[in-house]
Amino acid sequence: MAQRTTEIIVGLFMIAGLAALLFLALQVSGLSPKTAGDRYTLYANFNDTGGLAPRGKVSMAGVTIGSIQSIELDPETFQARVALAIDAGIANIPADSAAVIRTSGLLGDQYIDISVGGDLESLSPGDTFYSTQSAMNLERLISNFASGR
Amino acid sequence: MIERIATLGRMGLDTVSSLGRSGRFLAGVLAGIPQPATGFPLLMRQLYFVGVLSLAIVVVSGLFIGMVLGLQGYTILSDYGSEAAIGQMIALTLLRELGPVVTALLFAGRAGSALTAEIGLMKATEQLSSMEMMGVDPLRRVIAPRLWAGFIAMPILAMIFSVVGIWGGMLVGVEWLGVFEGTFWGNMQSSVDFVDDVLNGVIKSVVFGFVCAWIAVYQGYDCVPTSAGISSATTKTVVYSSLAVLGLDFVLTAVMFGDF
Repeated sequence: MAQRTTEIIVGLFMIAGLAALLFLALQVSGLSPKTAGDRYTLYANFNDTGGLAPRGKVSMAGVTIGSIQSIELDPETFQARVALAIDAGIANIPADSAAVIRTSGLLGDQYIDISVGGDLESLSPGDTFYSTQSAMNLERLISNFASGR
Repeated sequence: MIERIATLGRMGLDTVSSLGRSGRFLAGVLAGIPQPATGFPLLMRQLYFVGVLSLAIVVVSGLFIGMVLGLQGYTILSDYGSEAAIGQMIALTLLRELGPVVTALLFAGRAGSALTAEIGLMKATEQLSSMEMMGVDPLRRVIAPRLWAGFIAMPILAMIFSVVGIWGGMLVGVEWLGVFEGTFWGNMQSSVDFVDDVLNGVIKSVVFGFVCAWIAVYQGYDCVPTSAGISSATTKTVVYSSLAVLGLDFVLTAVMFGDF
């Protein structure tokens, strides 16, 4: 086989590998080209985050508007402090909105849903949600039901 | 009785000295500055034989494994009503485990055995020793391009395997079994992390490529220079490469995905 043909075929092989890596990066892993400047951070304190995990979904009215950046324990109030990265296009969330932890389906992943309030003022970057609702605890629900409350 | 124990001891010492020889062999192959003018065309030819010619088996296996994953996954997930998770199941299984491991096993079987047989035959027909007598270092001229070709080709083959597998799974899931295409890709994208999953898979395939190529060239170089010796060296390449890949896979998985 001629040297030149071999080189061309091997070059195509490497290009195929590179294309596979690009496909895996963009299509399969959802590495979206969203820069940090497209999003701003809001905080929410919860008593119980349940199974919430970083990179979870943040949605409003069912539409995904951001993701969960980090979940940390506040050592003074013993609550979980969740940092939410919200798209910069949604800049007018009313200041009295609530962050609620919901489950998608009965046994699915947990995500944060923002229930819109009615305040005229909006939350600015770095603000904390005033009202939150913690994750549904299945054991507590069942014991409430069993004890008839 | 004593002879049996002595035989056992001799077998153990043989294995240990073989490991030591392989270490010195690797040092001899990797040492020395590569010369681009003469080395590059050799590397190119070996990349063709080792990488490009393995594409057929890798692509066909990837396609069928992806399709089987789609079918089996759909059957199991439909028991829990989570058919929509088929996309992330196929992608994570292929990227983290099956892509690197199955490609390495196929590589060891096809390219590894071919490398061992070729180098073993060169040793048996005394081409390696005549090269040494001419002053050409056979490790640099014959062995090093083959080792580097295996090392470079493996990650590329593993990624192509994963991509073709995901496409095969999509064929079965979306076209045949009726999973909604948007949920298929959406679930996959939200659960596959580039650094944690794709790059870890690439790191695994690089390690496996290095180990398979090293075992293949060493067994060829170290074989008994008869036809029976070459055939036993080829068998040993496939067996040792497979065991090494599966063992290293456990270690790497525990390090990468374990809870340390």
